[in-house]
Amino acid sequence: MRRKSLMDRVRLMGRSAIDIVAVLGSSGIFLVHALLGRGGIGGGFQLLLRQLHSVGVMSLAIIVVSGVFIGMVLALQGFSILAKYGSEQAVGQMVALTLLRELGPVVTALLFAGRAGSALTAEIGNMKSTEQLSSLEMIGVDPLKYIVAPRLWAGFISLPVLALIFSVVGIWGGSWVAVDWLGVYEGSFWANMQNSVLFTDDVLNGVIKSVVFAFVVTWIAVFQGYDCEPTSEGISRATTKTVVYASLAVLGLDFIMTALMFGDF
Amino acid sequence: MSADNAYAVELKGVSFKRGARSIFNNVDISIPRGKVTGIMGPSGSGKTTLLRLMGAQLRPSAGEVWVNGQNLPKLSRSDLFDARKQMGVLFQSGALFTDLDVFENVAFPLRVHTKLPEDMIRDIVLLKLQAVGLRGAVDLMPDELSGGMKRRVALARAIALDPQILMYDEPFVGQDPIAMGVLVRLIRLLNDALGITSIVVSHDLAETASIADYLYVVGDGQVLGQGTPQELMESDNPRIRQFMTGDPDGPVPFHYPAPDYRDDLLGKR
Amino acid sequence: MQNRTLETGVGLFLLAGILALLLLALRVSGLSASANTDTYKLYANFDNIAGLTVRAKVTMAGVNIGKVTAIDLDHDTFTGRVTMEVNKRVNNLPSDSTASILTAGLLGEKYIGISVGGDDQLLKDGGTIHDTQSSLVLEDLIGKFLLNSVGKDAK
Repeated sequence: MRRKSLMDRVRLMGRSAIDIVAVLGSSGIFLVHALLGRGGIGGGFQLLLRQLHSVGVMSLAIIVVSGVFIGMVLALQGFSILAKYGSEQAVGQMVALTLLRELGPVVTALLFAGRAGSALTAEIGNMKSTEQLSSLEMIGVDPLKYIVAPRLWAGFISLPVLALIFSVVGIWGGSWVAVDWLGVYEGSFWANMQNSVLFTDDVLNGVIKSVVFAFVVTWIAVFQGYDCEPTSEGISRATTKTVVYASLAVLGLDFIMTALMFGDF
Repeated sequence: MSADNAYAVELKGVSFKRGARSIFNNVDISIPRGKVTGIMGPSGSGKTTLLRLMGAQLRPSAGEVWVNGQNLPKLSRSDLFDARKQMGVLFQSGALFTDLDVFENVAFPLRVHTKLPEDMIRDIVLLKLQAVGLRGAVDLMPDELSGGMKRRVALARAIALDPQILMYDEPFVGQDPIAMGVLVRLIRLLNDALGITSIVVSHDLAETASIADYLYVVGDGQVLGQGTPQELMESDNPRIRQFMTGDPDGPVPFHYPAPDYRDDLLGKR
Repeated sequence: MQNRTLETGVGLFLLAGILALLLLALRVSGLSASANTDTYKLYANFDNIAGLTVRAKVTMAGVNIGKVTAIDLDHDTFTGRVTMEVNKRVNNLPSDSTASILTAGLLGEKYIGISVGGDDQLLKDGGTIHDTQSSLVLEDLIGKFLLNSVGKDAK
């Protein structure tokens, strides 16, 4: 094989950069078309309801179970470290702050990308490969409105709700381990938590994070499905891409948002 | 709208490229109104692409696509969706909506585009299903149907809004002889009974030739020949003749281009 | 189509979300209905505010009555100027009240404690507490301690 010259490499790099910008552009246009533009069709609420069910309600089990376990582990780990400094009462605030600021939104978004995001990609990809999307188009129904928009909205709504539930069950799991098992005094556990957790700064900032994650994860998932190559191989590749891209985007954005929100400490 | 035009669909100088590869180069095709027109060609010759150009699901890189007096590539997105209401397409796989049952599938275009009362929708759906002989399957889900039945349900859905143009994408592929016979009869019957313009894209020669009033043969990104089935059978163009008679070797070679067989075996590269 | 169960499921899901937010607000962050009552501003200048942060508590007799909203350097006096928001209900602070920076526990967070003075005049919105006690700085403390012991030895 011929070795690539420097110019070839530069050209290749330039081309892939242009490709990335082009994908960003087309996915942006896709999003705008799906969410704005000519009004939706009748029965839009029913469509949204069905998607809320399959995207949100069906993800509830994994979110609740992981939330409880992560809360428990946090309490366990936090306790063993804090006990060295004789401040095991602070375990409540540690669990709560960790969950509300970081783990709640981030872990929920990652799980959501794996559970609901991949399912969205596969479902839409499958519709594309079985020509259901083309068929809709030819019936005169815009698949962006009928298929894509309800799924986008369902994702936007579901993820923040799931993140809130995750944090609550996590804190509950943490309190169970700390108070009922390790014997931290219940009063100081909750009082410490309430003293250090601020509603606007911690709870609402966490919600803002999860809203942003919801937007990005759902966008990536739905676009990958809509844009995939309509073969079984293409669908599986698109599903993988959804999970990888969405996870990376979540972690990257989390760092940026954390720096913006809590960076002044 | 020029309903008096003798042609329902006209492609004028249409070229289409996918990436750098040219799929069609300056193609002219006219589909006569009220007739069954077959578009034939070997696999991979871009027949389905042609159909998608007519439905404006793909945009030609050059040329005009006139359907019912409208140049589709020039239309806005919303006008395009309106224009498509006059077209019905039967996709290769049927493309039934898998989460809806047979009734809802056929009712879907009616629900979306009309504000008919529920009992009238029911009547129309049963009427269309009766036309394809599947009124009894009204409560089944798509995955409970055989391939041929799926296509018939999809056909019922395609005619739900009484379109003026009906396109069939490879309707005969993968069908047993009985299902094939049913479809052939249905296409002819619907065309004559409803006065629809039918476009059948297929490589199944015998079936297509038996129902088509007019045939186009495409290949190599061009129209190789056109005429009534009889005219094409007697064509002296070797490429058309090879396709019509099904010779394994001819202008379309049996062998994919390869280096000399002897040299290859002896390892001379 | 079992629309009924679908609707109920989604309804419960959204309800759970609202409930979660409510729980986080009331139980976890201790937000109470009275937390958003009106406040008024007070200022205090400290020689050293080391360790005090924005959002620190302002207490009186151990009761939380407000929070620190801003800390900056006074341009003219080179002292730390702390802005506090104090609950409107506590509107009877005498003008010679004392503000001190205290520490919760040995290594705990810093907060401001206000002790009452005896003046008839009351602090108004935008008023300044003049009598202040700075943060306890460990280095100073050690320095003083050393100085004292050295002085004793010399005698």
